[in-house]
Amino acid sequence: MKPAPFTHHLPGTVDEAASLLAAHAGEDARILAGGQSLVPTMAFRLARPAHLIDVNRVSDLGTVAVGEDAIGIGALARHGDFHRPVEDGPLGALLSAVVRHIGHYPIRMRGTFCGSLAHADPASEWCLVAATLDARLTARSAGGEREIAAGSFFEWAMVTALAEDELLLRADLPRLAADARWGFCEFARRAGDFALAMALAVYRVEEGAIVEPRVGVGGVEACPRRIPEGEAVLAGRAPGPALFREAGAAVADAVDAVSDVHASALYRGELAGVMVERALADAAR
Amino acid sequence: MTAPRDVSFTVNGEARSVRVEPRKTLADAIREDCGLTGTHLGCEHGVCGACTILLDGAPVRSCLMFAAQAEGAELRTVEGLADGETLHPLQQAFIDCHALQCGFCTPGFLMLAAGVLEREPDIDEEGLREALASNLCRCTGYLNILDAVKAAAAAMKAGPG
Ligand SMILES: Cc1cc2nc3c(=O)[nH]c(=O)nc-3n(C[C@H](O)[C@H](O)[C@H](O)COP(=O)(O)OP(=O)(O)OC[C@H]3O[C@@H](n4cnc5c(N)ncnc54)[C@H](O)[C@@H]3O)c2cc1C
Ligand code: FES
Ligand code: FES
Repeated sequence: MKPAPFTHHLPGTVDEAASLLAAHAGEDARILAGGQSLVPTMAFRLARPAHLIDVNRVSDLGTVAVGEDAIGIGALARHGDFHRPVEDGPLGALLSAVVRHIGHYPIRMRGTFCGSLAHADPASEWCLVAATLDARLTARSAGGEREIAAGSFFEWAMVTALAEDELLLRADLPRLAADARWGFCEFARRAGDFALAMALAVYRVEEGAIVEPRVGVGGVEACPRRIPEGEAVLAGRAPGPALFREAGAAVADAVDAVSDVHASALYRGELAGVMVERALADAAR
Repeated sequence: MTAPRDVSFTVNGEARSVRVEPRKTLADAIREDCGLTGTHLGCEHGVCGACTILLDGAPVRSCLMFAAQAEGAELRTVEGLADGETLHPLQQAFIDCHALQCGFCTPGFLMLAAGVLEREPDIDEEGLREALASNLCRCTGYLNILDAVKAAAAAMKAGPG
């Protein structure tokens, strides 16, 4: 189908974009970033926004900036910008491995990191990365900027803490220690589909024991999140297949999985445990 | 404005100016306003890849962009692949490897492969398989498409002649 009519705004600066949002908030004004989620929903007429505020030509919206402590990901950083590692450490490698699971090559040429976060699909890989690594998100409105922790950004499936007149300006991902290990695993029925469940695991090993474990699960509950029950199993113990299975089982028990046409809650919960086990094994490679 | 607006870009090196409603997709503008019907439309929501074109060198789904977003862009479509009567190595390889049957998906696969090979000439087989999984083909079973793209990649590296 064809999208319904709308007014197309092409602001040149962040200030202009924010004033346009303020002027049209309440009239179903939307940011148009990569368009890889919004345009399909408009083609189905599930969305009929009256105003599209197209940020693709905003000159002061950045892409990727590698800082000392964090990687700043501006609203115009596209998925494809992560195909090659954006930094030499483990975070660059993690992002370039995870990005290959997002849709398809042409989707990744257009879709943006911040757009994925704002869209907040429960099975978005970037949302899982942001939640697991405790990204700091900067929202911008005509009134100014505010920072939102990833842990309180995702409120429900497709619902975020962004107000109607706010745009997501930037996401900051803390860089990982040089000896951090990471692993990712997801299960989707067909290549390029949204996954039924996915897991990201990050930890370090000190004197043979796991320290600072992070275990995040996506596609299973309404929002991706860290699972403390899984992390607690790992902390202070020696990495190995039996421990990874135990952590996976703890996650399967802890999650409140959703049920839909693709998978029952029981299946998804168990799949989450298996994804965690495999992500941990991947991290130990 | 929901009113039509003038947009200028180049398609296959030729300057074009079209007057389009904001809601008109780039795919529809290429087909209807530029008369270049080699770009096909299957799903119109980003899943099939039939509408793949090159936007400033990157393969993109032209059904997921609005024409009004292409101001100043360099677009390439399947009509621009051949050099006069000489087929592009990808087109020749698709014929040689029997990589098409009905041909509906072919323009999308050609532009996808052209974009990927130009950006990543050293892409390995796994990378190619992953990239080619972007588009759908109901006929070939994909393996002949993979063979064709591998053959074309070798030919493109060897250079013309
Ligand atoms: C065939 C196909 C397969 C896909 N598979 C996957 C997949 O496996 N995993 C995955 O994660 N995604 C997948 N996607 C979605 C893709 O990753 C999108 O790029 C992403 O979800 C949205 O980013 P965007 O830049 O395209 O945003 P848009 O489509 O432009 O916008 C999406 C929503 O976010 C809002 N928005 C965008 N940017 C901002 C901002 N800076 N501030 C505030 N609001 C904003 C928009 O208003 C809109 O509501 C797929 C898409 C397609 C078409
Ligand atoms: S028509 Fe564009 S992806 Fe199917
Ligand atoms: S050749 Fe018929 S769809 Fe691919």
